[in-house]
Amino acid sequence: MAMYNDKVMDLFMNPKNVGEIENADAIGTYGSPVCGDMMQITLKVEDGVITDAKFKTFGCGSAIASSSMATEMIVGKTLEDALKVTNKDVLDALGGLPGPKIHCSVLSEQAIKAAIYDYATKNGLELEGLKDYDPNADEDDHHGENGDEE
Amino acid sequence: MRKVYLDYSATTPVKQEVLNEMIPYFTEKFGNPSSLYEIGAEAKEAITKAREQVAQLIGAKPQEVIFTSCGSESDNWALTSTAHWKKAKGNHIITTKIEHHAILHTCKALEKEGYQVTYLGVGPDGRIDLNELEQAITDQTILVSIMMVNNEMGAIQPIKEAAAIAKKHGILFHTDAVQAGGNIPIDVEDLGVDMLSLSAHKIYGPKGIGAMYIRKGVALPSFVHGGAQEMKKRAGTENVPYIVGFGKAAEMARLQLDDHAARLRELRDYFIAQVMEKIPYVDINGGMEHRHPGNVNLAFNFIEGESLLLMLDYYGISISTGSACSSKSLEPSHVLSALGIPVEKIHGSLRFTVGDFTTKEDLDYTVDCLAKIVEKLRMMSPISAEKGWN
Repeated sequence: MAMYNDKVMDLFMNPKNVGEIENADAIGTYGSPVCGDMMQITLKVEDGVITDAKFKTFGCGSAIASSSMATEMIVGKTLEDALKVTNKDVLDALGGLPGPKIHCSVLSEQAIKAAIYDYATKNGLELEGLKDYDPNADEDDHHGENGDEE
Repeated sequence: MRKVYLDYSATTPVKQEVLNEMIPYFTEKFGNPSSLYEIGAEAKEAITKAREQVAQLIGAKPQEVIFTSCGSESDNWALTSTAHWKKAKGNHIITTKIEHHAILHTCKALEKEGYQVTYLGVGPDGRIDLNELEQAITDQTILVSIMMVNNEMGAIQPIKEAAAIAKKHGILFHTDAVQAGGNIPIDVEDLGVDMLSLSAHKIYGPKGIGAMYIRKGVALPSFVHGGAQEMKKRAGTENVPYIVGFGKAAEMARLQLDDHAARLRELRDYFIAQVMEKIPYVDINGGMEHRHPGNVNLAFNFIEGESLLLMLDYYGISISTGSACSSKSLEPSHVLSALGIPVEKIHGSLRFTVGDFTTKEDLDYTVDCLAKIVEKLRMMSPISAEKGWN
């Protein structure tokens, strides 16, 4: 479908890191099925470095592709460096998403933050990248104007 | 790769017989119907014939059928011109929450002009409550517009009964019959409607041509002003080849209606049975009793519709979804919302509409692909029957 570029379509059809890590060191979720997208991410962390990341996502093609890309980008990074991965970085790595779909890349950024927050809370860590993080922040709002045609 | 088209409510291919009738009117019979010489007269005769063919499809007299550029123009015309025409009598219009945007957005525009609009709700089967309609009528009501067949989930409205209520109160009645044409029998005399919108491209005719039925005696003012074409009711040089195509498509639809509807129903019901047998956690949106014979709308629980649509497209299968994510507005379907379907299920809802070129093999292939895709997406989803929706 011409809506997405080849990179996004490839990741959507063949996503990496799908699943749930058993006995994960951290778990984070963001979004809800009511909003139309929801991502769960589980992490394995060793010596402050993310050694494995797996996701499960309810959402559209760009949500799934973003989830896959984001998990690939954080494996091997320290927790602090992983917190620096923004939705813009995910977008760039995907080669861009159509305008109305940009919010889908926010999903993975927020899910990663939620998982690292979970890890920090369990382990009594204070992380610079979580200073302004509010786990109860509102969903990103994605409502537009125009309807569909038929 | 196999190509399967299951989106006949979005549009239909032009049938070869229809195209064959159209072709000469692009080239050797290109005359302007308003011209007095021979090729003009030829074109005029062709329009007269097409008008009869379209009129016959809906049981109207030919002079009650006006060609327009599309179903949306007909809908805009019926609402806007009636509103302006009847302004001295009142400013209230009644319609439903599940209309096509050609109706809903026209109502929104009229609201900005100061008109009041009541949007009737529907039950889980997608049908209006006639008592609610009667109660909504005020001394200000000038028009009731209710679609005959819903485009997303196929509900067939009790148009005859609704039109009778409007008539009893001396109120004009319009119906958007774009999805109904050629799929269910339409007899404007029996239904008692004053205005009715039709479109050619839903009945194997070309896009860009529609029609409006206006009951004799209803002096609806023009919407497109200009020349004296279309009995002075709709200006603009007639789109002769498309009108000819619409006429032929309407004639074929009328002659084949019973067989067409029976075949669609059989294919559709076969498809539903196969899906239900092979895929767990699927709901049918809407009721089955009063429904377009070729329509089914299914909610695939725990997964999202655009993902389904993309993967089906990858396998060569074309369908539509009510998911917010696939719409330009990112709003979930207003129709499924009006049925009371929870939004998380709307996100995973797909519309399948079968048509004259659909085969059982197409449906078997689609069910096989669907089963694989649904399983794959459910493996990827954080939501499941065991975990629940949260």
